[in-house]
Amino acid sequence: MNKEYVLEIEDLTVEYVVEGEVTQAVTDLNLKVEAGTTVGLVGETGAGKTTTALAALRLVPDPPGTIRSGRILVCGQDIMKLSQKQLYNVRGQDISMIFQDPMTSLNPVETVGDQITESIMLHEKLKRPQAWEKALEMLELVGIPRTRAMEYPHQFSGGMRQRVVIAIALACNPKMLIADEPTTALDVTIQAQVLDMMKKLRDQFNMGMILITHDLGIVAEICDEVAVMYAGRIVEMGTLDEVFNHTRHPYTEGLFNSLPNIKNREAKLQPIPGLMPDPTDLPVGCAFAPRCRYATEACKAAQPAAHHFSDTHFAACTAYEDPSFRIERSKDRE
Amino acid sequence: MSEVVLEVKNLKKYYKSPNGTLHAVDDVSFTIEKGKTLGVVGESGCGKTTTGRTILRLVEPTSGQVIFNGTDITALSKEELRKMRCEMQLIFQDPFSSLDPRNTVRQAIAEPIIYNKILTDKKAIEDRVIELMEIVGLAPRLINSYPHELDGGRRQRVGIARALAMNPKFIVCDEPVSALDVSIQAQILNLLEELQDKLGLTYMFITHDLAVVNHFADDIAVMYLGQIVEKAPAEELFENPLHPYTKALLSAIPIPETGNTIQRIILKGEINSPIDPEDECRFAKRCLYATEECHKKTPALIEVKPEHWVACCRCGELQ
Repeated sequence: MNKEYVLEIEDLTVEYVVEGEVTQAVTDLNLKVEAGTTVGLVGETGAGKTTTALAALRLVPDPPGTIRSGRILVCGQDIMKLSQKQLYNVRGQDISMIFQDPMTSLNPVETVGDQITESIMLHEKLKRPQAWEKALEMLELVGIPRTRAMEYPHQFSGGMRQRVVIAIALACNPKMLIADEPTTALDVTIQAQVLDMMKKLRDQFNMGMILITHDLGIVAEICDEVAVMYAGRIVEMGTLDEVFNHTRHPYTEGLFNSLPNIKNREAKLQPIPGLMPDPTDLPVGCAFAPRCRYATEACKAAQPAAHHFSDTHFAACTAYEDPSFRIERSKDRE
Repeated sequence: MSEVVLEVKNLKKYYKSPNGTLHAVDDVSFTIEKGKTLGVVGESGCGKTTTGRTILRLVEPTSGQVIFNGTDITALSKEELRKMRCEMQLIFQDPFSSLDPRNTVRQAIAEPIIYNKILTDKKAIEDRVIELMEIVGLAPRLINSYPHELDGGRRQRVGIARALAMNPKFIVCDEPVSALDVSIQAQILNLLEELQDKLGLTYMFITHDLAVVNHFADDIAVMYLGQIVEKAPAEELFENPLHPYTKALLSAIPIPETGNTIQRIILKGEINSPIDPEDECRFAKRCLYATEECHKKTPALIEVKPEHWVACCRCGELQ
């Protein structure tokens, strides 16, 4: 069966140059998203998750950012080759993005109905009354009564604001949606509502989705595939089951061990020692090696190659040069 | 019977607003024993931070008592309060905004020592700063660094060192790890735990993260719109939640495991306004089990089992 990819990123490298210093934000990143599935992009602050997302919409602020190399195909179109005008059409229509903070992504002096209408009129040849009608439908779709379309963002709660943002993002039925920490600013009960809704909409529209989050709980909830990023690179990628139950990369293991276990409150937290390396001064070898408990001299010498464990699962870790190597987490489970 | 460090009785904090009176904290009572941690959880706007600040009298309570080691601190004069505060400290949520950007780590940690005249000798102060840095795990080379040169985890360590400078007995930790990445979060939680064992500290731990509170607290109080709706030992609360809100809250925690079959309780409806709330159960409008009864009167917090307190009219039937 031929798979339909709505987003393909190949060998993406993004740099920021500030005062002559080069920050390597994303390095040689490859990622594909199939229609109707969700890829979770996980990692800590500064791992390059948001930069990857921005690059997919060609929104990396330039200057200081530059897409050094790479090919980005949105629904088969190479967006690096599009003109500004063509880009306007692609954004919103083919690929759309939801940002973390619903408070700052809405216009405070425009009613929510107008804000949705605006994005519809930009992309579809509809007259205002028809666009307005569609905006009301979108509001209902995300669970907000149409009677509230004339209200302003400040009259809504955080959860409802985020739903308005989602309504705007989905107004033109994009084939690909990037959600950057969509529920981080929300309370857990509201988060559950919003995630539930996003899942339904994804299935309804057969959308491809990238969900950027640092919360592995949310990943378990709605993602089909998981990519773990560290210092600008994907260090492990696989299906949800592979990454969670057959974890291979020591960093992924470290993330799991840092989380309080809700089922066993006595379990001691095992933090990852140390800090993420300075992105302006990345080591020659594996960027995680200084914090890794399995690291050897070989790890510091060169970038680790990707080791494939199945068609869908790989980890970039030098330790797997030795085929018998296993991290502690997988020893317990296999 | 162990020693009670903090007793809060019928604490209220109301704010006047143009639309009426906002009940930020509405009749909250609890006690914390020496060396224990009370976790306070709830969603944004439920009054958990205001409760923490009112206890330290950083916010003046509208009414109620806060008894710390036998002294009612709501009745203290300014000068007495200043002395008392040495024993009660606060760790803030955001290590990025709670430190003065123009002060070095040395100045930040020495400031409370100098201000409260704990030590006056320059050498002694310097030694104490270095000692505190060691206690919280900051490398001595960072002593001349400014906050912007430190990452979030280290900044939070500075915040903790400042709180410890006065040898406090009780610390209100207000979302101390919410702004940190998970790997760093675990470092700080472990540090706070070690300090508790070593120095015999008592904590009030305010958070919205249920997984963290379950790991960290001995007892947990769940707040909803200014009131405590349920309070129990952590294990009991997680295994046997009784209030419908607690149940929904616990079911909403995303668990980092595959193949979870937990039945999510998705709450419908929006949160009531905390401005001039009516005398009814404040959760009733979102509650799956609400009856007429629930709209008649605010339910009282009742001890339904030893140590397990619930404020729900239908608690008896729903068990």
